[in-house]
Amino acid sequence: MSGWTHAAGPAVALPLENIDTDQLIPARFMSAPRKEGYGRFLLHDLRWRQDGQAQDIPTLDGAEILVSGRNFGCGSSREAAVYALVDHGIRAVLAPSFGDIFAGNAVNNGLLPAQIEDALAERLMTRCPARIAIDIDARSLSFEGETHPFTLEATWAEKLINGWDDIDLTAQHNDTIAAAADARRREQPWVWPAAPEQDLRTTGRGARG
Amino acid sequence: RDDGTSLLSVYRHLVHEVSHHDFAKLEERDLPVAHPELTFGVADHYAPTRGALQEADPSIARMIQTLATNAERHGIRFFGLGDPQRGIVHVMGPEQGLTLPGLLIVCGDSHTSTHGAFGSIGFGIGATEVAHVLATQTVWQRRPKSMRIRVDGRLGPGVGAKDIALGWIARLGADGARGHAIEYAGPAVRGLSMEGRLTLCNLSIEGGARFGMVAPDATTLAYVQGRPFAPKGAAFDAAAEAWSTLTSDTDAAFDREESIEAGEIAPVVTWGTSPEDAAPITATVPDPARADPSRAQRMRAALDYRALSPGRPLEGTPIDQVFIGSCTNARIEDLRLAAAVLSGRRARVPGIVSPGSGLVKAQAEAEGLDRIFTDAGLDWVEAGCSMCVGMNGDRVAPGKRCASTTNRNFRGRQGPGARTHLMSPAMAAAAAVTGALTDVRPMLVGRAA
Ligand code: SF4
Repeated sequence: MSGWTHAAGPAVALPLENIDTDQLIPARFMSAPRKEGYGRFLLHDLRWRQDGQAQDIPTLDGAEILVSGRNFGCGSSREAAVYALVDHGIRAVLAPSFGDIFAGNAVNNGLLPAQIEDALAERLMTRCPARIAIDIDARSLSFEGETHPFTLEATWAEKLINGWDDIDLTAQHNDTIAAAADARRREQPWVWPAAPEQDLRTTGRGARG
Repeated sequence: RDDGTSLLSVYRHLVHEVSHHDFAKLEERDLPVAHPELTFGVADHYAPTRGALQEADPSIARMIQTLATNAERHGIRFFGLGDPQRGIVHVMGPEQGLTLPGLLIVCGDSHTSTHGAFGSIGFGIGATEVAHVLATQTVWQRRPKSMRIRVDGRLGPGVGAKDIALGWIARLGADGARGHAIEYAGPAVRGLSMEGRLTLCNLSIEGGARFGMVAPDATTLAYVQGRPFAPKGAAFDAAAEAWSTLTSDTDAAFDREESIEAGEIAPVVTWGTSPEDAAPITATVPDPARADPSRAQRMRAALDYRALSPGRPLEGTPIDQVFIGSCTNARIEDLRLAAAVLSGRRARVPGIVSPGSGLVKAQAEAEGLDRIFTDAGLDWVEAGCSMCVGMNGDRVAPGKRCASTTNRNFRGRQGPGARTHLMSPAMAAAAAVTGALTDVRPMLVGRAA
């Protein structure tokens, strides 16, 4: 994955709170292989009615930045929600708060989850569609000549800027990991699963507690 | 790392069918699974609850087959269809003794917080992280802030873990515990069975918490002892000794403390499209006109989606169907509760009862609960995620209102246009009997529950 520091592009507002990952991508689409692209599934049921007609939400076409309400990406851990955003061309989401798992998934796919003040989110949403420029290094965004800060953890900024991948990062710690596992095996061998005997136990015992 | 992120060793990694992207990532890099002996696979999300796999939609059959193939290729123990030990990952993990106190447990599923009921650290991760765990058996995590939720006093009859959970989420918000690890404490939590604690920890994520846990005690040990993959004999004694040290110091300082009086909790139902949209069954549908303006808009949208009018009592809201199941409420105790309400009564609306695992199913049948459900007119089906997420095709039809024991009332979660009301198994059973949201408490009078 290639890293990035600066981006500038059209921003669209999604003025809702608690946009969960089930809305970002409904579960029924998740068996599709990624290579076919997940962009068409993004916010599918919010964008289209059952009869295939478009619903009344701002068009996402051409958007690179999304501004939304608090708790964006809450709910299911499905990384497919991030794939749908990324495959649709979104590079950054600006919101007052994010679901924890979603934010981690976003960073792992080069999507910036930028946390902004409530008031700023409100204001940006009234200005959208607008053009917003982002600087990850400076943790700032600018629009209409104003510049505002956003919050992003240092580790995440580094990963986004460098396009780092955790598997490579972790490989540098292989020896420590093995040593920790050895120590645990010596001190607490019971941590490893016991070989089950063939008696299948039932679940009822003591369960009325 | 100096920024507060640590590399943690994972001791149980559970994978399910939705993890297909993750194995694909591993293959792209041509990496093996580092510790197949600590990795377990199970078919739950797409598992058909009726009929054979061959009759299922080909895309569903393919998902299950892909996991079976990946498990076999990497030497992972796989609980497939037809395996009596198979079940929803967060039901069968504890049941098989895979979940043990003190272990770090991850799964590509947000409700991995469930496993904290044992004093384990369990959290959900995304696909990239799953691939990372498969390849390295480790996970990067930031240290969470700590929060303690104390539940004092005693729960009233017909009130359970689900009501405690929805109650605190309604109070603090769906992101109220964001970035926090929750410890549930207090006499009412101590008094919960393992089943109840699993329900409580399961819902931690719906309040935004990274994970939730209950310190292990005698209830925990009694549950773990003798489970298939749990330590046995001397190993169990050594483990039990280590587990007994896993309690917070009485004077431990938490970043946040909340307390709840158990006696004040009434059965809770949700009215909106987020688990925070919950209220006691005795309350009325909230009025956006009286809410603060930042919430009002979302409330209006939620009520509009649910087709509910502000100000009317929640009790008596008609429903079209019920679903009793999911990793939140499909354990044996949940089914016993629902059966206590349904026994000798008929359901006015159709519904599905899906046990959490093959073993729960067998136990329920041994106790005759299945007949209570079918006599009431509900369908008794196989174990799986089923109508919680609708991946296997069990869906709520557009516009239909479902009384559900699941964990998410998100728009479209149970199917496009579905209107979900979350509640406990007892409350869902009561709703089935009356065909409307109903306070279960009077219906339990004189019944063993
Ligand atoms: S029952 Fe529902 S919430 Fe639980 S693991 Fe399955 S889909 Fe997820």
